[in-house]
Amino acid sequence: MKISIERGTLLKAVGQAQSVVERRNTIPILANVLIEAEGDTVSFRATDLDIEVVDKIAAQVERAGATTVNAVTLNEIVRKLPDGALVQLTDDGANGRLTIEAGRSNFSLATLPKEDFPVMASSEYHANFSAPAPVLRRLFDKSKFAISTEETRYYLNGVYMHVAESEGGKVLRCVATDGHRLARIDASLPAGAEDMPGVIVPRKTVGEMRKLLDDDEASIAVSVSETKIRFATPEITLTSKVIDGTFPDYTRVIPTGNTRKLEVDAAEFAQAVDRVATVSSERSRAVKLQLDEDRLILSVNAPDSGAAEEELAVAYADEKLEIGFNAKYLLEIASQVDRENAVFLFNSAGDPTLMREGNDTSAVYVVMPMRV
Amino acid sequence: MMRKPADCRNPPMPSLCRDCLTTFDTPARCPACRSPRVTSHPELFDLSIAHMDCDAFYASVEKRDNPALRDKPVIIGGGRRGVVSTACYIARIKGVRSAMPMFKALQLCPEAEVVRGRMDVYVEVSRQVRALMEELTPAIEPLSLDEAFLDLTGTSRLHGAPPAVMLARLTKRMSDEIGITGSIGLSHNKFLAKVASDLDKPRGFSVIGAAETETFLHDKPVRLIWGIGPAAQASLDKAGIRSFADLKRWDRADLGARFGSMGDRLWHLARGIDKRRVSRNAPMKSISNETTFHTDTADPDILDGHIWRLAEKVADRAKARGIAGRVVTLKLKRANHSLLSRQSKLPDATQIADRIYRTARDLFDIVADPGPYRLLGVGLSDLTGTEGADNSGDLLDPQAIKRAEAERATDAIRQRFGADAIVKGRSLR
Repeated sequence: MKISIERGTLLKAVGQAQSVVERRNTIPILANVLIEAEGDTVSFRATDLDIEVVDKIAAQVERAGATTVNAVTLNEIVRKLPDGALVQLTDDGANGRLTIEAGRSNFSLATLPKEDFPVMASSEYHANFSAPAPVLRRLFDKSKFAISTEETRYYLNGVYMHVAESEGGKVLRCVATDGHRLARIDASLPAGAEDMPGVIVPRKTVGEMRKLLDDDEASIAVSVSETKIRFATPEITLTSKVIDGTFPDYTRVIPTGNTRKLEVDAAEFAQAVDRVATVSSERSRAVKLQLDEDRLILSVNAPDSGAAEEELAVAYADEKLEIGFNAKYLLEIASQVDRENAVFLFNSAGDPTLMREGNDTSAVYVVMPMRV
Repeated sequence: MMRKPADCRNPPMPSLCRDCLTTFDTPARCPACRSPRVTSHPELFDLSIAHMDCDAFYASVEKRDNPALRDKPVIIGGGRRGVVSTACYIARIKGVRSAMPMFKALQLCPEAEVVRGRMDVYVEVSRQVRALMEELTPAIEPLSLDEAFLDLTGTSRLHGAPPAVMLARLTKRMSDEIGITGSIGLSHNKFLAKVASDLDKPRGFSVIGAAETETFLHDKPVRLIWGIGPAAQASLDKAGIRSFADLKRWDRADLGARFGSMGDRLWHLARGIDKRRVSRNAPMKSISNETTFHTDTADPDILDGHIWRLAEKVADRAKARGIAGRVVTLKLKRANHSLLSRQSKLPDATQIADRIYRTARDLFDIVADPGPYRLLGVGLSDLTGTEGADNSGDLLDPQAIKRAEAERATDAIRQRFGADAIVKGRSLR
C-alpha cells in the first residue's frame, strides 16, 4: 500500500477513528485503525465491537493494499505535523511496519495483519430514512444531558429513539432519563421512518454520531433494525449496536395535571440559580424556589458554609409555593431553552415539575423536586 | 575535670524498667527491682507517638476468663467453614496464623482448643483498655478493638513523666487491672510506631528513634508498610522494589507516575516520613457487612434474603452514625474462593436499607455468574453526611419515597419497642 493524503483530511478521518477506539482495551487489534486503499479512495475503519466507524476519503493511491496501525499513535503523529503537509503512508507488507513521511519527518509504526481486524457483521435494516442534520442534532443535543450513568439501570444509558403518537400525528421522538430528570424531544416524522422499531442509542454512540451532524446542509441516512442503528453521510458511516433492554414507560412520568404556571427568562433564571448555588459545596446542592405573585425568590441554605438569596421578577399568578431542586438539574434544564421564555408547570412540592419552551410542546422536560 | 570511670564503660543511656517504672541511665538490669525487662534508647524520653497493640487479644481474654485454657493452644474462630480470627502464642508456635482456614489450623495443631468468639465481651474489654488510654491523652485513634495510635506530645508536664513511662504504666495497668497484655511501639510518627509495636511481641516495648530511622528501614521489606497487600506487593515486585533501599533509589516523580497517588506516600515512607496526625475520629471510609454461608448456595431466593438482611445491617450502622453513602458494593465469593465485586454509584447518597438493597439486588442481577457462592457482602462507601441524602424521589419508581417513609416509621417503632417488634417478610427468607 502506498498513499498520499493532505494532512487536514487525514487528521479528520484518523481523529474520528481514534475516538471510537476503546482506550483501556486488552485486545491489541482493537487499538488499531484499519486502512484500506483501493481505486482513488482510502477508508479508515475503527471499532470497539459495539460501534464501528468507516471514513472514506479521496486520496492519491499509488499502490492499493490494506493494513492496521495503532489509532491513537497515528492520530498523535498526524496532529503534530505542520498544517498543509502532504502525508505519505507506505506499507510494503514485508517488515510489518507502516512508514509515515511528511516533509523531513519520518515515522515507522508496527502493524497488525488486516485479517485480524474484526468487521461488524452487516445486518438487515427494517427502516431506512434520511433526515436533515439540524433535526437530528436537536433531537439528541436536547436529550442527551438526561442520560443515566447508573450501570445497574443499563437500559437508561442511552437515548430512546422511536416513533410516537403526538397531538399532531406521528412524530420521531427521543427520550432520555436518569430517574431524576427526563427530556422528551419530538421532530416531524421523516418519510420511511414509520416502521422504525424503537431503539436505545447508547451514550457513546450519541457522542460519536454528533460529529457527523455539524454541517447544516447535510442530510443523514439513518437505518434502524432491532439490534443496530446506522448513521451515514457520503463519507462517514457509523454503525452501532443498540442497548438490549426495554425502555421504561416514560409517558406515566410526564405530569399532565400540573396547573401552577411560572414563566421566566431562561437565561436570567439560569444565571441566578448558578449564583445562589455557589455558597454550597455539597455535590447535590438544593436550591429553594419560593413563588408568590409575580415574584420568585431563589435561595440556598448550607448550614456549614453560608446562605444566598436572589429575587427575580417573573410571571406567576397561582397560589404560593415552596419547592426545592438540585441546582445542577435546574441549570441543565434551563440551558436547553434557547428561543423563548422557560415555562414551568408545578403541582406540589413533592411532585414532578414540567418545563417547556414557551408553548412549544415538542421539547418537554420533567424534573423531580428535592426536599428542602 | 575528671570523668567518672563508670561513664567511660557505660555512656549514659536513658532507660526504663517496665516492671517498676523506675527510670535510670544505664542499659542494664533495673537498679531498683533487678528486673531484666528494661528498655533503653537514646531518644527514649523524647518520642511521643505510640502504637498500642494487644497481644493475641481474643485468646488472652478467653484465657483470662477460663484458667483451664491457660497452658493450652487456643484458637478463636467460628463454624466449620470459619477462619482463625486469633491464635494464642502457644498455637502460633505450631504455625497457626490469623485468617488461616480452620481446617488447616487444626491440621497444624490438632490439640488446639477452638473457642467461638464472644464479641460482646471483647467489646467490653476494649472499652476498659480505651478508658485507661483516655487517662494518658485525648489524641487516640483506634484501629480496631485491640489496637490504637496514641499521641502523647506535650503531656509530660501534665503527667510529670515522659510518654515512655506513661505507656509502660499503661501496659502494666492493662495486665494488673484488666488481665490482658499489650505491646508498645514508640517513635516519631504513626508508620514507625506501628512497625515498632510488632518488633518485640508479646509484652514488648520497642523504640525507633529519629536518628536511626533510615538505617533501620534500609534492608526491611516494603510489605512492612501498612496497606501493602499481596496485590500492591506484586506490582512493587514488578518494579524491582523489595526493600526500602530499593524504594529509596526511585525518583519522586517516577514513583508518582508509576504508582499514582500511592507513589508520593511511598517516597515519603522510604525516608521514614509520615505526616499523618493521630486523629480521634479518623474519617470512616466505608461500612460493610458480609456473611459466610453454612453451605454454598446458588439459590437466588436465599441469596436475596441475605442481600436484604445485610443491606439492613449496613443501613442501621449508617443511621446510627448519621452518615450516608453514594456507592453501593456487592461482594460475592464463589465456592472456589475467587472474589467477585460490583459497585454502583447513586446520584445522591443514601442510608435507606430499601435503596441499598435494591441497588445491591440490581448488581446481583447483572452478575452473569451462576454461583454457587460461599460468601455475600454488601457495602456502602463514598460517605457523606445525611444532608442532601435520600431527599429526591425517583421519577421511574414513584413508590420509592413511600418505602423510605415506611422504613423511617419502622425505625421509630423499633426504637420504642425493640429490634424484633417489626420486620420485613423478606428478612425471614
